[in-house]
Amino acid sequence: MTTQKLQQTASQVRRDILRMVHGCQSGHPGGSLGCADLLVALYFQQMKISNRKGKGGYLSFNMNATGEDLFFLSNGHISPVFYSVLARRGYFDVTEMSTFRKLNSRLQGHPTTHEHLPGVRIASGSLGQGLSVAIGAAMAKKMNGDPALVYCLMGDGEQQEGQVWEAVTFAPHKNLDNLVAFVDVNGQQIDGPTTKVMNNRDIGAKYKAFGWRVLSVNGNNMEELVTLLRKIKRLTGKGQPIAVMMQTEMGAGVDFMMYSHKWHGIAPNDEQLATALAQLPETMGDY
Amino acid sequence: MKKYTFTEKKDTRSGFGAGMQALGQTNPNVVALCADLVGSLKLDAFIKENPDRFIQCGIAEANMIGVAAGLTIGGKIPFATTFANFGSGRVYDQIRQSVAYSNKNVKIAVSHAGLTLGEDGATHQILEDLAMMRALPGMTVINPCDYNQTKAATIACAAFDGPVYLRFGRPVVPIFTDADQKFEIGKAWMVNEGTDVSIFATGHLVWEAIQAGELLAAEGINAEIINIHTIKPLDNQAVLASVAKTGCLVSAEEHQIAGGLGSAIAELLAQNNPKPQEFVAVNDSFGESGTPNQLMEKYGLTAQHIVAAAKKAIARK
Repeated sequence: MTTQKLQQTASQVRRDILRMVHGCQSGHPGGSLGCADLLVALYFQQMKISNRKGKGGYLSFNMNATGEDLFFLSNGHISPVFYSVLARRGYFDVTEMSTFRKLNSRLQGHPTTHEHLPGVRIASGSLGQGLSVAIGAAMAKKMNGDPALVYCLMGDGEQQEGQVWEAVTFAPHKNLDNLVAFVDVNGQQIDGPTTKVMNNRDIGAKYKAFGWRVLSVNGNNMEELVTLLRKIKRLTGKGQPIAVMMQTEMGAGVDFMMYSHKWHGIAPNDEQLATALAQLPETMGDY
Repeated sequence: MKKYTFTEKKDTRSGFGAGMQALGQTNPNVVALCADLVGSLKLDAFIKENPDRFIQCGIAEANMIGVAAGLTIGGKIPFATTFANFGSGRVYDQIRQSVAYSNKNVKIAVSHAGLTLGEDGATHQILEDLAMMRALPGMTVINPCDYNQTKAATIACAAFDGPVYLRFGRPVVPIFTDADQKFEIGKAWMVNEGTDVSIFATGHLVWEAIQAGELLAAEGINAEIINIHTIKPLDNQAVLASVAKTGCLVSAEEHQIAGGLGSAIAELLAQNNPKPQEFVAVNDSFGESGTPNQLMEKYGLTAQHIVAAAKKAIARK
């Protein structure tokens, strides 16, 4: 897919995020908007995913996914971006996005396998657990002789959880070079800037000291992202897990949602939604 | 009354080790994880024979539970092992989200449960784990009674699809169940039939219950003794049938009264057939350092305590 096409897809994903959160007047638009470019680049360009279609013409989802690349969302509160990308990629119907966070929906507030939503392999939401799960999946791939890769996304606020550092210590010790961890460095968390709430300082330097190959990227520049992801493919299989410090802007793509933690976990009203959508071209048709 | 004897004593954790060794030879998907307690969990034989299927996790239990959950996404059957304290309370949220809610085929296999861990004291003597694990939707909770049963339970866990909490212990205890027993998850085991009082015991307390049965028989009391090795799902039918016959009961476990086997039985009976029940369990207290026997005596978990509880239950009929 061309960079331009990826950008257009990301624009639609951002519209989906805003409309989902607006539709139930709850959810987390800020981090979702910030990570839209990464998830689009992963699912529409980078990841090796089976294109086999099953029931209803949707992508057939296999939990074990032998030979397929895997993605784990550890900061589960940015579920809107995950759901939109999964739907737009073809795992389920885009109209199902209208059920987000509503009763009897497969699109729970935080992602879960419990309602059997295709594309989701683990529940996340309680922070700090996703990297450990990604590590286990990467180890299973090694044991099975499966050369596919495992990707994981975490938040920067999430780096305050102790379990993250158990996992960060563990992966290099096991030479897990089929694992790529992204940290969404947007500098914001619920109570304010991460530097004020609990300063993580230089997260990349920490990962490096723990034995990771550390890269950085502007996570809201599709061209840069695509170049980096291409580079990552060459860096896997070299004895080290890879960590990407991904600089993003919370609320990226919507001017009034950027440069603050304000939109971490609140929904736009009708007027704010209209203002936001006017900034994002509808490229694939709204659900 | 069937007479139970023994010629050998062994620790239930060695039964787990033997079960793992057997699984290592028969099931290529079984993987063992441990958080720096390989010797205590008796994993040496499994590791020696299957070095590529053992994952040393270091003193990082939260990560171990997540790694175990991830391994299932790839068809592995991971046994995450440590002390019961560190495999339940310490990692409750990891088990809740990444294992139980995600319905992953993870076996959490834990040793040194309860008071009989002994001298290390209350920091390590978890007495609340059955309550925590039992409260999790979809979790199977097993507490076998001797070496042979723990080995059989371990093997049965691997064949069962779904999350399991398998709890065993440190001290040597009599081996009184068959070496070639068939272990059926969720199926209570009738130890001795009786008519005057039902004694439902789990884990190390099963042997104490058998001793209590003999003491009661000497006084002309005919106790029915049932081994509840699977606390969840509880064998409702076996419990209800027994209590319908005897009209009163004792529950016995190396655990707090709150939330354990006795609670599970009380919840069932309260809804179906309430009868006088006495609890042989730790009463809202932490443990302390001491030998296993001293602790079981001090905290009221011996055959004598079961006898006294049985008489009390009968008197309340």
